[in-house]
Amino acid sequence: MTETRRAARTGDDPLIRLRGVDKHFGDYHALRGLDLDIRAGEFFSLLGPSGCGKTTLLRVIAGFEDVSAGTVTLDGRDMHGVSANKRPTNMVFQSYAIFPHLSVEQNVGFGLRKLDGTKAEKAARVAEALEMVGLAGYGARAAHALSGGQRQRVALARALVLRPKVLLLDEPLSALDKKMREQMQVELIRLQRQVGITFILVTHDQEEALVMSDRIAVMFEGEIAQVAEAEALYRRPASRRVAEFIGVMNFLPARVSGDVVAVAGLGEMRIDALQSTAHADGDSVAGFRPETATLLFPGQEASDRVADGIVQEVVYYGDMTYYDVMLDGAETAVRISMRNVFGRPVLEIGTRTRLAWSPGAVTLFR
Amino acid sequence: MLRAYVFLFLAFLYAPILLLPVFAFNDGTVIAFPLNGFTTRWFSEMTRSRELHAALANSLTVAAAASILSVLLGLAAARANVRYRFPGKAAAMGLIMLPLVLPEIIVATSLLVVVVRFFEWPLTLWTVTAAHVLICTPFAVAILNASFQALDPAMEEAAIDLGENRASTFRLITLPLVMPGIVAALLISFTISLDEFIIAFFLTGSDPTLPVYIWSLLRFPKLLPVIMALGTILVILSVLILALAEWNRRRGLARAGVKDTGGFL
Repeated sequence: MTETRRAARTGDDPLIRLRGVDKHFGDYHALRGLDLDIRAGEFFSLLGPSGCGKTTLLRVIAGFEDVSAGTVTLDGRDMHGVSANKRPTNMVFQSYAIFPHLSVEQNVGFGLRKLDGTKAEKAARVAEALEMVGLAGYGARAAHALSGGQRQRVALARALVLRPKVLLLDEPLSALDKKMREQMQVELIRLQRQVGITFILVTHDQEEALVMSDRIAVMFEGEIAQVAEAEALYRRPASRRVAEFIGVMNFLPARVSGDVVAVAGLGEMRIDALQSTAHADGDSVAGFRPETATLLFPGQEASDRVADGIVQEVVYYGDMTYYDVMLDGAETAVRISMRNVFGRPVLEIGTRTRLAWSPGAVTLFR
Repeated sequence: MLRAYVFLFLAFLYAPILLLPVFAFNDGTVIAFPLNGFTTRWFSEMTRSRELHAALANSLTVAAAASILSVLLGLAAARANVRYRFPGKAAAMGLIMLPLVLPEIIVATSLLVVVVRFFEWPLTLWTVTAAHVLICTPFAVAILNASFQALDPAMEEAAIDLGENRASTFRLITLPLVMPGIVAALLISFTISLDEFIIAFFLTGSDPTLPVYIWSLLRFPKLLPVIMALGTILVILSVLILALAEWNRRRGLARAGVKDTGGFL
């Protein structure tokens, strides 16, 4: 028998603590020594491109995969040797895995089968769970007759009815169309606040992660690149790779000497004025987001610094226009997004323009 | 042109079989045209033959035992094949499927040598059953492979995630979802065993199966019409069982909401 240690969990201890988690599939190194803390009651996302190990990590927490090395602690208890059916976690599968030969009610009540309680109590819990996901009255329906969105709600109800400590969601929205997806995002956030259970969401969609999560872990090739709140992740990406994966960022070659950095097209600036100051002397890369700079129209004054350039490309989106501007002295164009304010013309390709920008929005990458 | 070809093809396949009912109802012991008139005599004669009843009982026993054993073995092999990766899997599956293409006469001869020379066992219905398991298992594996492939692996994981163990997951989720495949595999294995002649001919002792008994009747020309009558019933039975197996498989797929990707019919 495996001895399970149960330590008293003090207020600040994380609900889930991963230390040095390693996972090999044969020669393939899926997880490379991960350390991660997930707090009780937070909406946490594992974000990364396909093959980065995010689903493997979720399955490690669920108990479907053993770790090759390292420890998984859940609610103060070492999960080594604890199988998936004994863990206080429940999962919403990417395919939803609704049992097609059972009714909606039987699906939702499946996990209650082995628990104590009268039939009436269990039926009440099933009804409550269905109500929670907006499927009240659907209990008697056959599971195979449901639409995609309804299947997902059943999968949610089936997992939540057990009142797990952690709800694991494996790309739950990827099978839905765009409109349905946006609706379900809002509903999931509402549901998470309502039940107060820790949600861990696996997604490759950076927008989805930003919209839904309290905190996000960005993963590449089995390693965690950065863990941060949504806004911090967007504004202060820890690496160029994270910056490229989350939203759009313009990159310009830069050269650091002492406490001054010279950026192609933007000119020189003091390093301590920048947003992030990860640097070393020599060649480097500076980046800024499209919405942090603005084109100056006649009569407008810059509050900070100005760079000159030529409009190379115009992409009109209705409420927004994207301009690709080649700054004087730069070799690649930067993208600037402008809100289309009433009465302001859309610039034409080839127009000379002035760009207002601020060193405070510039991030320096190694 | 293509129509004519299809017609000829089907005629070539099935015209000989159509002669069975024709002579089964023909009032005459000689199997030749012109026909003599209608009779059901051969069918009633069939019901009086004790040896035939014994042979039929033998065949049904062997077919039932062989199909159940084949499907149990097939379940294990198909699940392992679809769900797990392990060294030597391709070789193991190849060897399981090999009896599909091995000449039956070779299989029968080698089994006879093994049973009689090496083990010195008596030839009984058990030896026939064991040999029939060998040739039915590939069919069971082929059908059950498809069933397990259509089964989302997340189904079993979801049941475990919701607190069930491996055994109860198999009983509550896996078994009901592959049940149509199991029934189809049972019916097809049953039919194959029931119709099999060569292996049964080599490995039966004093208790012949139905095909072996029919073969023995061929020495008595006046009994030929009885064989025709028996053959008619067997053909109808085989077609019915196969149709039942396929109907059941399609119903299962529809219930699981899966797209139909193959099958025997």
